Amino acid sequence: MATSVAHTSAPAAHHYTTLGLDSRKVAIWAFIGSECMLFVSLISTYLIYKGRSVVGPFPHEAWTDPTTGHVLKPILNIPVTSASTFVLLMSSLFMVLALAAVQNKEKPKHTRGERILGNSKLWLWMTAIAGATFLGFQAFEFTSFVHEGLTIRTNLFGSTFFTLTGFHGAHVTAGVLWLLTLLAIDYRRGLGSRDSLLVDIAALYWHFVDVIWIVIFTLVYLIK
Amino acid sequence: MASTAYPAPAHAPSYSGEQSGLWSWLSTVDHKRIGILYLYTALFFFMFGGVEAIIIRAQLGAPNQHLVSAEFYNQLFTMHGTTMIFLAIMPLSAAFFNFLIPLQIGARDVAFPRLNAFSYWVYLFGGIFITVPIFFAVAPNGGWFGYAPLTIKAYSQGINIDFWVIGLQILGISSLAAAFNFLTTIINLRAPGMTLMRMPMFTWMAFIVQVLLVLAFPVITIALVFLLFDRFFGTNFYNTVSAGADPLLWQHLFWIFGHPEVYILVLPAFGLVSEVLPTYSKKPLFGYPVMVYSGILIAVLGFGVWAHHMFAVGMGPIADTFFGLTTMLIAIPTGVKIFNWIATMAQGAIRYTTAMLFGIGLVALFTIGGISGIMHASPPADLQQTDTYFIVAHFHYVLFGGSIMGIFAGIYHYFPKITGRLLDEKLGKIHFWLTFIAMNLTFFPMHFSGMLGMPRRIYTYDSGQGWELFNAMSTAGAMIFPIAMLIFIYNFFVSRKRGDIAGSNPWGAGTLEWTIPSPPPEYNFARIPTVTSRYPLWEGKEVDYADARFNAQEGKTPADFGIVMPYNTIKPLFVALGLIIMFCGLISSRALIGVGAALMIFSLYSWLLSPLEPEHH
Repeated sequence: MATSVAHTSAPAAHHYTTLGLDSRKVAIWAFIGSECMLFVSLISTYLIYKGRSVVGPFPHEAWTDPTTGHVLKPILNIPVTSASTFVLLMSSLFMVLALAAVQNKEKPKHTRGERILGNSKLWLWMTAIAGATFLGFQAFEFTSFVHEGLTIRTNLFGSTFFTLTGFHGAHVTAGVLWLLTLLAIDYRRGLGSRDSLLVDIAALYWHFVDVIWIVIFTLVYLIK
Repeated sequence: MASTAYPAPAHAPSYSGEQSGLWSWLSTVDHKRIGILYLYTALFFFMFGGVEAIIIRAQLGAPNQHLVSAEFYNQLFTMHGTTMIFLAIMPLSAAFFNFLIPLQIGARDVAFPRLNAFSYWVYLFGGIFITVPIFFAVAPNGGWFGYAPLTIKAYSQGINIDFWVIGLQILGISSLAAAFNFLTTIINLRAPGMTLMRMPMFTWMAFIVQVLLVLAFPVITIALVFLLFDRFFGTNFYNTVSAGADPLLWQHLFWIFGHPEVYILVLPAFGLVSEVLPTYSKKPLFGYPVMVYSGILIAVLGFGVWAHHMFAVGMGPIADTFFGLTTMLIAIPTGVKIFNWIATMAQGAIRYTTAMLFGIGLVALFTIGGISGIMHASPPADLQQTDTYFIVAHFHYVLFGGSIMGIFAGIYHYFPKITGRLLDEKLGKIHFWLTFIAMNLTFFPMHFSGMLGMPRRIYTYDSGQGWELFNAMSTAGAMIFPIAMLIFIYNFFVSRKRGDIAGSNPWGAGTLEWTIPSPPPEYNFARIPTVTSRYPLWEGKEVDYADARFNAQEGKTPADFGIVMPYNTIKPLFVALGLIIMFCGLISSRALIGVGAALMIFSLYSWLLSPLEPEHH
């Protein structure tokens, strides 16, 4: 296993490529292009169905159940989600630092600050933990919504909201697993500058998932 | 332009390291072998879809027939469309993408050989998954377009639609994985000097198709996810009755995918014909840059015409006008292509080989389909024609007259490159003429039955409406297809063993794939060529001919040239198997989902952590 891990890192330098780039880098951009259309479809459906739910709870308005007279508050908790958004945004910063640490692995480090910045395990852990924290917030949000009477079956808002944010959450989950895989490689044999590409494509994916969340947060939570 | 057909050698090249046996096929990562797997599988599904069509035509041959029940008829037309589109034409195109793209751009393989194997296995398993239910009369029955809300649980209670939703989801994974692979290959693995504007037209069209796949398939993925959630988890995306859902949501999402899909189906055939017509006219393709630009324009406009499939739903005059106009606009780049093909043939030294006949067949028949298409680009005309056999006539002229004719042109043209032997021309011409007659006898009368008001998707009809003659003609025509196909299959298998030896360039063609032996060695190019023109064998410089001579060497092994080849591996097959088991779990037992996921993740990590090829020293 240890030897096979070493193989993956070997850049395909002996293969001629037209752009001089590794093909994996080209492919990840094609993949991100495709993912854009995936989220465009999800977000468009959310927007088309916005305000069309027949029964509550609603995202931004209170709703009185005509049968029971029970009043349901607006369901979105913007302060809590702002906190989770901040955590996710920070994870992108950690990701940048992780990539820089891997790229500069072989450079000599003199100060304590340089050693901290050059610690790829630290920044990969920070990114993964920030991603997992975001997922924790999402799990909390989902369960509290269910307690307040909003499930994926309740109304159009419930169906579109849980599907859209759930798809995003699934992407974050995949990203966290990806980061943990990189960490496993780092612990096993150490990531060096020759592995930059492995971290680079993970980072591109991670930033993409982050950018998508900014769009979702704005359109779903902030704009009433 | 100086070169002529190479004299054929006395025997086909053989390679000492050549692999054979079942295991070599299961574990192959060679783009040429995967292309051959695609070709055989897709031809099988093409015939399967053809049998469904023949039962449909037998049922409709005369009024008030009850050969099949109404319910089974629904399954037949649904599976005929689904099979032909997703299991026959797209994978036949993929067979050519696989076999030709690396050869045309001067590469040793695709960018990700193992991902390529994965795409094939997912396609095969997905095809089996969606096809098997018809043997138990529980096949999908909601049409190939699966309109929701008709397909939600409330109105389609059986398991039929579940097979369709999940099956298409599986096939989408295969198409997307292949698209990322080919896109990267074309962008990044072109030989030195193979600039974008020197790429063979087939590769150009393949390039455009991959972009369409990458952008269009996620939309159907999401539409299917909504339907899946509605059916399995009780969500409300298409629940128009109690939840206030929009009855047009599915139609919009489906056709935003569905119209680009039409170009995904036909552009590869356009590409093949753009290789065939110049070769047998002994002239470079007329207006090459304009052919490229019109291909791109078709793709761009293809994303702005989807609602012309929905004129009958009452979108209002503004939307109708917009989509009517964009649809008419798309006729311009398409017409440009037709004229360029005609200009390519004009004053050429034309050889009427079977491939050429199929190529000319495409130009003629696709034009008919294109013209009827412009007719229903006009919303008022479309209101008369929509959901009638006129539409059936139109899209069969486009998909049979366009895609299938182009694919057969490609098969006759490239069979010698794939197998090293020529198909029999006499049988080929009989195949062509029978197909051409059958095609027109089947589909031309449908224009009339449609204009007389015969609706699509009815399992039988009453006499006295003026439809009998036209239906009898269509049925008679349909019965000729199996004869034509049997001749083709006979020719295919006999020529594969006993056909004339082809040599590297039997047709005197001009592009890179004809510089290497037929069949090509596993490494394709002994040395990566340097390209100086669009037709290196026709108008190339000395460097092109030197590369061609070097690469024409036969009977060598990769080691002779120090070429590192990827390892064979079974892992992509197991990832695909895990994936399919996971999806099967959705309709059978939930435990299978876990088993499939475990197998998939284990095989995936095992794949990702093992090296593609031996360490290079």
